Amino acid sequence: MASVGRETPAGDLRLANLTKRFGIFTAVDDLSLTIPQGSFFALLGASGCGKTTTLRMIAGLEEPTSGQVLLGDRDIARLRPYKRPVNTVFQSYALFPHLDIFENVAFGLRRRGIRKVDDQVERMLALVQLEGYGRRRPAQLSGGQQQRVALARALINHPQVLLLDEPLGALDLKLRRQMQIELKRIQTEVGITFVHVTHDQEEAMTMADTVAVMNAGKIEQLGAPAELYEFPATAFVANFLGQSNLLAGEAAGAAGGEVPVSAHGSRFAVPADRARVDRGPVYLGVRPEKLHLVGSADQVPAGRQHVTGVVSDASYVGVSTQYLLRTGWGSELSVFVANSGATAQLPVGTEAVAHWDPRHAFLLPREPGADDRTSPALDEPVGATS
Amino acid sequence: MTALAHVPTGSGQPAAPERAVRSGRYRFLPYLLLLPGAAWLFLFFAVPLFQLAAASLYDPSGSLSTGYALTWAFGNYPDALAAYWPQFTRSFRYAGIALVLALLMGYPLAYAIAQKAGRWKNLLLVCVIAPMFTSFLVRTLAWKTILSDNGWLVGLLRDVHLLASDGRLLATPVAVVLGLTYNFLPFLVLPLYASLERLDHRLLEAASDLYASPVRAFRRVTLPLSMPGLVAGTLLFFIPASGDYINAELLGTPNEYMIGNVIDSAFLVRLDYPQGAALSFLLMAAILAVVFVYLRRAGTEEVL
Repeated sequence: MASVGRETPAGDLRLANLTKRFGIFTAVDDLSLTIPQGSFFALLGASGCGKTTTLRMIAGLEEPTSGQVLLGDRDIARLRPYKRPVNTVFQSYALFPHLDIFENVAFGLRRRGIRKVDDQVERMLALVQLEGYGRRRPAQLSGGQQQRVALARALINHPQVLLLDEPLGALDLKLRRQMQIELKRIQTEVGITFVHVTHDQEEAMTMADTVAVMNAGKIEQLGAPAELYEFPATAFVANFLGQSNLLAGEAAGAAGGEVPVSAHGSRFAVPADRARVDRGPVYLGVRPEKLHLVGSADQVPAGRQHVTGVVSDASYVGVSTQYLLRTGWGSELSVFVANSGATAQLPVGTEAVAHWDPRHAFLLPREPGADDRTSPALDEPVGATS
Repeated sequence: MTALAHVPTGSGQPAAPERAVRSGRYRFLPYLLLLPGAAWLFLFFAVPLFQLAAASLYDPSGSLSTGYALTWAFGNYPDALAAYWPQFTRSFRYAGIALVLALLMGYPLAYAIAQKAGRWKNLLLVCVIAPMFTSFLVRTLAWKTILSDNGWLVGLLRDVHLLASDGRLLATPVAVVLGLTYNFLPFLVLPLYASLERLDHRLLEAASDLYASPVRAFRRVTLPLSMPGLVAGTLLFFIPASGDYINAELLGTPNEYMIGNVIDSAFLVRLDYPQGAALSFLLMAAILAVVFVYLRRAGTEEVL
């Protein structure tokens, strides 16, 4: 127990070739990554992608099939959870119902044999803005308050790494936003490494310095939120993190700082530094908000590329209007037009031209034979004007 | 048994707010629903209890043939206690030892069924309950066979020299305690199981994450959260066990007789009604006192 505590020099958290199999199912597949000390790291992925299993292996609640979990230079992968300088904020909070808030928060300190806990607990309750709640039972608190108790209960131990397992999942939208800001504030204040597991891409992007997108037990891409969003590495990332219009095309190799792409009988070009591949089957990707709509091809500004189509759907969502533009070859492109008041609504059925700056496009590898991937707006309001 | 009404059911959740239907023709509905049960209790519990109380104060010199007179003979109580003090203490001693044995077996059993049994859970529960489908008497007689001098158990114990070559189990305090332990074990296991079954496994993970070793996690989380079942189970075990007379009758000798045997013989053999009634009340008072002290110490702390 002596090795646990704030005196221990912390270090980067490194996962080396971490693998977890349940029977024949591989939940985490040869995962390697480094999480710098003091960073806010998000593991983002759909349910079943292995992100929670990864987190549980760091916490010690799951034993890896193979690989290492290194904290500084120490491999902690086979330590029992109660011997690791790591604490977890559980998805269900898992507050002890028989103990009051004070004792819940003091639990970790007491188990480590610390007698004088009052000051620390009070300070921690103040940090999560729950002063005066010490004598209440968990069941008497709201969801958001319980979440903060769970956070305080973990943070009070000054772990080297704090693990957050979808801690905001049970909260309503407004409270979630509030807690996101709160968590970020606390992380900056205490400077502990946070590893946050979530399936909510917006949550990951708002809070984390670095986001790793997981899919089928592997990391698809890792980077700063803006980097992931602006220049995704795979079609999965392009569509998991926001939406993308991905047009199936063929690239013929970089030439003069550009990669020419032919898709659906038209020729496009993408700057070479925006191409993940420059030869063979590719996806030409453009985010819906990077597309602009004009009435005809001669209105397209110089230096921009375009696709012609017919407006097949228009959903007014307040801050923007989300259009679907049916192209000549039958795909529907998503186009978000900000509601800045500059342009009038385009009615369904009108012909329109979507154009974009080539520097906003990106090229991704494509499985041979895979068709366009243009996901229609999933959050399209029911009964939208059409 | 009325004391059981005070056993906390302890879901940890505050009670749901009462429905505000307190007006109009539904106002008397709760009392109406209460009526059959209340009438039953009054006729067959309160009235006989009152009669028994009266009987305990009859003149002890009376008999069934000469009739009894209510002379407020409070002396019946100290007299009965003085005459049967050994049986009195023996009852609580045997029940107490049996309770400890039952806890040592019952807690791990209930824990295993509730938390670790997986798909075998229901089968194991049936195994716990199934003996209850046969009569109490038959089960105790079966134990008589198991513990008999030429049975396999005694033979085995003699062979490994845990028992002298002429040693026996039947007709000893051991037999009575074993019988009590066996017969009332399900009453302990079932409430415990109900408590442990509700135990959220994630709380143990949280405890482990917060530096609690398995032993400490048990002491700080599992045990306190199973207290409602533990309290209910120990009471359901201890109360009938301390008043039992079948086990001492069938597995013991008069040297092992408990207070239940004395009351039994006072009413049915010696026909000494005042003494039987006084002993009954003394037993009831002693049990109530034990339960009260127990609930004060264990029942309120960390349960609600």
